[in-house]
Amino acid sequence: MSPAIGGTLARLDGRAKVSGSARYSGEVPIPHLAHAVLIGAPVANARITAVDATEAEQSAGVLAVLTHLNLPKVAMQPSLLPSLAGLAAPGHTFFPMQDDTVHYAGQHVAVVVADTLERAEHAATLVRIDYDTTPPVTLLEEIKDQAYEPQKIFGGLLPGRQVRGDIEAGLRDAEVRVEAMYEFAANHHNPIEPSTTTAAWDEVGRLTLYDGIQGPTSTQLTAAAFLGVPPAQIRVVSNYVGGSFGSKAMVWPHATLAAMAARHVGRPVRLALNREQMFTSCGHREQQRQHLTLGARADGKLVAVRHHKLSLTSHFDDWAEPSLQSPAIIYDYPNYEGIYRLGRGNINTPTFTRAPGEATGMFAMESAMDELAERIGVDPVELRLRNCSDTDPATGDPWSSSGLRECLERGAELFGWAGRDPRPRQRREGNWLIGTGMATAAYPHAQPVNPQRARARIYSDGSVIVEAGVSEFGTGISTAMTLVAADGLGVTVDQVRFAGGNTDMPNITAAVGSAGAGAASAAVHLSVTALREQLIGMAVADEQSPLHGADPAAVVVEGGRMALRDRPDAGETYSAMLQRKLVPDVEAIGNWIPPAQDVGHGMHTFGAQFAEVGVDAELGLIRVRRMVGVFAPGRVLNRRTAHSQLMGGMLWGLGQTLLEATRMDARSGRWANASLADYLVPVNADSPDVVVDTVEVHENVVNPLGVKGVGEIGVVGVAAAIGNAVYHATGYRARSLPIALDDILSQAS
Amino acid sequence: MRPISYSRVADVGTAVGTVTADPASAFLAGGTTQVDLLRIYVEQPRRLVDINDLPLRDIEELPNRGLRIGALARMNEVAEHPSVIDRSPLVSQALLLGASPQLRNMASIGGNLLQRTRCTYFRDVSTACNKRTPGTGCAAMDGVNRGHAVLGTSDQCIATHPSDLAVALVALDADVIAEGQRGRRSIPVHEFFLPPEDTPDIEHPLDHGELIVDVEVPPAPDGSTSLYLKVRDRESYEFALASVAVALRVEGGMVVEVRLALGGVATVPWRARRAERMLTGQPATTENFAAAAREELAPAVARGMNGFKIELACRTIVRALETVAPDGAR
Repeated sequence: MSPAIGGTLARLDGRAKVSGSARYSGEVPIPHLAHAVLIGAPVANARITAVDATEAEQSAGVLAVLTHLNLPKVAMQPSLLPSLAGLAAPGHTFFPMQDDTVHYAGQHVAVVVADTLERAEHAATLVRIDYDTTPPVTLLEEIKDQAYEPQKIFGGLLPGRQVRGDIEAGLRDAEVRVEAMYEFAANHHNPIEPSTTTAAWDEVGRLTLYDGIQGPTSTQLTAAAFLGVPPAQIRVVSNYVGGSFGSKAMVWPHATLAAMAARHVGRPVRLALNREQMFTSCGHREQQRQHLTLGARADGKLVAVRHHKLSLTSHFDDWAEPSLQSPAIIYDYPNYEGIYRLGRGNINTPTFTRAPGEATGMFAMESAMDELAERIGVDPVELRLRNCSDTDPATGDPWSSSGLRECLERGAELFGWAGRDPRPRQRREGNWLIGTGMATAAYPHAQPVNPQRARARIYSDGSVIVEAGVSEFGTGISTAMTLVAADGLGVTVDQVRFAGGNTDMPNITAAVGSAGAGAASAAVHLSVTALREQLIGMAVADEQSPLHGADPAAVVVEGGRMALRDRPDAGETYSAMLQRKLVPDVEAIGNWIPPAQDVGHGMHTFGAQFAEVGVDAELGLIRVRRMVGVFAPGRVLNRRTAHSQLMGGMLWGLGQTLLEATRMDARSGRWANASLADYLVPVNADSPDVVVDTVEVHENVVNPLGVKGVGEIGVVGVAAAIGNAVYHATGYRARSLPIALDDILSQAS
Repeated sequence: MRPISYSRVADVGTAVGTVTADPASAFLAGGTTQVDLLRIYVEQPRRLVDINDLPLRDIEELPNRGLRIGALARMNEVAEHPSVIDRSPLVSQALLLGASPQLRNMASIGGNLLQRTRCTYFRDVSTACNKRTPGTGCAAMDGVNRGHAVLGTSDQCIATHPSDLAVALVALDADVIAEGQRGRRSIPVHEFFLPPEDTPDIEHPLDHGELIVDVEVPPAPDGSTSLYLKVRDRESYEFALASVAVALRVEGGMVVEVRLALGGVATVPWRARRAERMLTGQPATTENFAAAAREELAPAVARGMNGFKIELACRTIVRALETVAPDGAR
């Protein structure tokens, strides 16, 4: 029997999702439910001078209007720590409606609760709030002169400055230098399901939160801290989540506000953000500028890299997405300086967004590498191969696994890269200039720091339930975990049911940083392995078993039947044994303790991206004609859903490169295009032929199954591959994302 | 959402009478724009009169080889109707390049003509907008205005008219047939869309309660070839940055007749009469196409981020004309 892992199992929740029977957090039916509507400040820098809620309070169906004047104070403010740490994980070091200050537009200033959503929405328009406003600061241009160098960024996880070797000497001695500035528009996540929390307190003060989140425990611990309620009194349910892309990686205030509102009105309350509020309530990718200088020998071997980033953060957090990390390790060079600089503005704290940092940093790095390749007359793929590193350049440790060379070679082969004429503007088909480009991809392998748990139980009929508190936010985690459980226990896939989605289950850390499959599979694998050992132990100890007295290590299990490896006829099924022994079920816990950060290995996932574009330079149109992505993500659990995730990542990259930008109206300090009609993401008609492949690597460091994850590596490098293809097509070097029609019109025709 | 009452009517007379009698009422057809605007308080009727049961959904061939299209026919029904594809491919193309399949299945032809601008400031009730709230100013003028108009603007408003269909209808000299308390009348489509001038809130000549019942589309000029060309950032489901409806008849290398209209760049569906005049009787060459395009865009006014539209509109005109000219570009 072939293993389930690595197969192509269709999503087990697919039918429920497409038929509408899957219940999302905003759809859970609850009797006596009331609805809360948030009011966001229409101004970005202000003090609230007066609130008049009289008319709203008298409006039909209204149960309460909460503002900073009557909302209870939070019990404490947990510090900003990425949810991967497994602790309370507020999206920012701030809780709204605690005082009269408005730090950014859209900041929650009131919550209106009514018996229906429509009545709450209407009453929200009747709340009068007066502001004393000051001109806001919201653009990089406005903060660049006051920028500072933070001690730490990214929730304290990373230093603000990293160096190795001697950058000045390295650049001075380089035979070739490429220096450029790269600009990035702000991006928003825009999952289809806006964040929604439904809160219900019971008569003895226990709270249930139905929340769309990447990890139920993070909501539980964060709400517990804010509310001053023990976590044991809070149950979080997150069965289905309609996409996240990082917007639900952290716990933003609306979840706690829903609980506060429910407590205030003495009824269950549902609080759903609307689309516009999704642009101001759960973070974004910050507007940023990167200054990159490469120094190389004449043969293209890099000797020095200086990479500085300037970005905007909020008044209360030193947040920058870690754009400098992957470029710092992707190639082997001795001299490096990476510095983050931040400026504070009237914006919300940025957050994780689709390969946070890697997607932007690698655009700069790989665009510059393309320039270097052209300058020294070396093929772009060859230039990367010359610079591949067998060790982590930051530490000198070997990679846990790499596969970068194989990805480059396999990608070039699949794409048909060989024989490419490097000169720009050589191919034309009608009105279209055709170009090709490539880039490498790298994504750090993040690990949870706390134990990851799962529970496996087999019933005497042979059916198996495996549980772990993961969220299903579109990745196919439940399907993949079914495969892991089936293989580990030696049963068929249809004997296993995997369940996740609430905090009653064994704890798994939020699935962020592409670490979800690795963490969950480790815990599930250990749980079913423990269960299997327990069952085999029962058999060999049982005088009535054909396996009595056998060495447990000599027993194999397939299709739910235990048998001696050497004598397959000697054996019995789990079910036969349990029924004979009158045992209704057997259960085991898997408890995976992730390796410490310093494991003596560099841990990254690598890949290679190739793209072909057509550019109608007269009309400014850029259309991606085909893409090839090859990745080395370690063990692939479910080939079908992994393929979908990697392809989806590549299409995110297409959006980042050509379409996605949130534009600030600097006068008001408000995002000017906070809707899906105005914030463009690719549609099917934009999506080209996408070829996804993986190369196998031997990976036994990161976790028991060697799973590095496929959540985000797919987007990394896409922007540079497309940008380089645009250069190849037109001779125009784009250094600003997104590459807009207007740019092509003015630059490339 | 503001409390509203809702009723459904079965005949045009009742529909017109009901809405005319109540200044706080509005017709509801496909609702694809209107319900959005209601939910964000840009439009605030107290009563909606649902007209979807009215018998205004037919598509008929007229003796002049033209078409009569019922105001409640859905965008997709019209776009895919054999008579429309045969007699007025320009209309079919323009419709299919608009919105998404789901929206086109809901949105009506009358509603398409009356759809409001996509200006983000118009749709945000906390900002200044002369179109939404006359006299408050125009936040778009110096704001994020990449999508805004460069033709037909005033110092009161630079909002772009969003319809693709209307651009095709303007090129074809269609008529809008409306019925009101005073009876039925025919309004030439070029008089139907009013530029903002000092009253950007007044977008069309219909009285309150007057209902579009039909659109009559004459045939394109004999012997002409037509095209709707739409340029936008993404391949589908986006409003035009620039679009061109063209019908061109060339004989012996000379432009005999040309109809040209622009979308995405003007406050109204823009008939390019200056370009038409300049081209008629001239050789059908790229050089002449470009000169006519420049002539048409000569009065354009850029504001901040939308200057590229002037060049884009010129190039889109040239491309459209080259595409339908018998020998292509010369």
